[in-house]
Amino acid sequence: MTDTQKPWHQVVLETLKSNDVRLVPYVPDRVFTPLIKALHADDFFTTFPCTREEEAIGIVTGAWMAGMRAAVLMQTSGFGTIPNAIASLVSPSQIPALIFVSERGTLGEFNLGQALVCRTMRPVLDSLGIETHALTRYDELAFIVDRSIKQAIATQAPVTFIVSPLLTGGKVFAA
Amino acid sequence: MMQNPAHGAHNAKVMNRFELTKRAVAHLKQEEAVIGGIGNTNFDLWASGQRPQNFYMLGSMGLAIPIALGVAIAQPQRHVVALEGDGSLLMQLGCLATVAMRQPKNLTMVVWDNGMYQITGGQPTASASVVDIVAVARGCGLTKCAWATDEDDFERQFASALKEGGPTLIAARIDDKPGTGTTDRDPVQIRQRFMVGMGVRN
Repeated sequence: MTDTQKPWHQVVLETLKSNDVRLVPYVPDRVFTPLIKALHADDFFTTFPCTREEEAIGIVTGAWMAGMRAAVLMQTSGFGTIPNAIASLVSPSQIPALIFVSERGTLGEFNLGQALVCRTMRPVLDSLGIETHALTRYDELAFIVDRSIKQAIATQAPVTFIVSPLLTGGKVFAA
Repeated sequence: MMQNPAHGAHNAKVMNRFELTKRAVAHLKQEEAVIGGIGNTNFDLWASGQRPQNFYMLGSMGLAIPIALGVAIAQPQRHVVALEGDGSLLMQLGCLATVAMRQPKNLTMVVWDNGMYQITGGQPTASASVVDIVAVARGCGLTKCAWATDEDDFERQFASALKEGGPTLIAARIDDKPGTGTTDRDPVQIRQRFMVGMGVRN
């Protein structure tokens, strides 16, 4: 990304908007903070914090069944709490939940627990057979998110975007 | 819980879930959505007569109210009812805080409190001894919440919630009778019928 490019979170926001994804419940994350702020600042979106990631998954499911497209934001540790909600609600009911996970636990993690739970994420996604893309490059970002949202809706299947520190810079600390 | 006179339901009548479910459904005249929580809550909803506006949640224990909130946000003109058991709600109490924060006028939550995880063998829930569901709801910021003292009071509260708007939580003490019917277990069919009922599919 050069200085003249819009930031990654603006690309994500615009892609959600162009695909008429209006509802974005989330559980907060430091790296997602600029995205969350921008969503709150834009009247197009209904966005609010939830107490647990499972709850956000339930809200997204209800909204989709009532005609509103929805995405959910969480971090890696939050993903660790939702396999049952995916396996028993989202996947069997064919809900195109758009799941954005801010990737903690790798590329400079300082918290061992985050590093360990991070290692559960891809095996869980693989075992559930969920379409997953790691968003690592700015030049691919809009294409992957846009096409994957369209595919999720067309095929009535969830998609997970692992938002990598390679794209966002991640959460840094003084070593 | 009934030994404790400070408990909000200490003098509420113990009622029957299927009977109350039938009474609630009889008030639905405007294609209101109903989200039935896992297990016996669902079974009694199913047995009360299948409507295309009913969603029968098969897994994901605790998510009936979040699903209902999602429906309520997507269709603010339609009233949405969540039916949930005490054990299920205890698993996802935070959803009450989220509902209170969002203040959806078109959401009514009914909690069946039998003080047990009935379907898994009747193990006691915390609401059997210490938790007052209505007090929890009030503590989460829900101002329209009350125990139903008997069947007529339940109906009056339910009808009022539909008419006046909420969010509203109605808790009812219920007996230990098992569910009356059994839902079909085809999640895709359940979801598709519900989407037709919500007017978003043909």
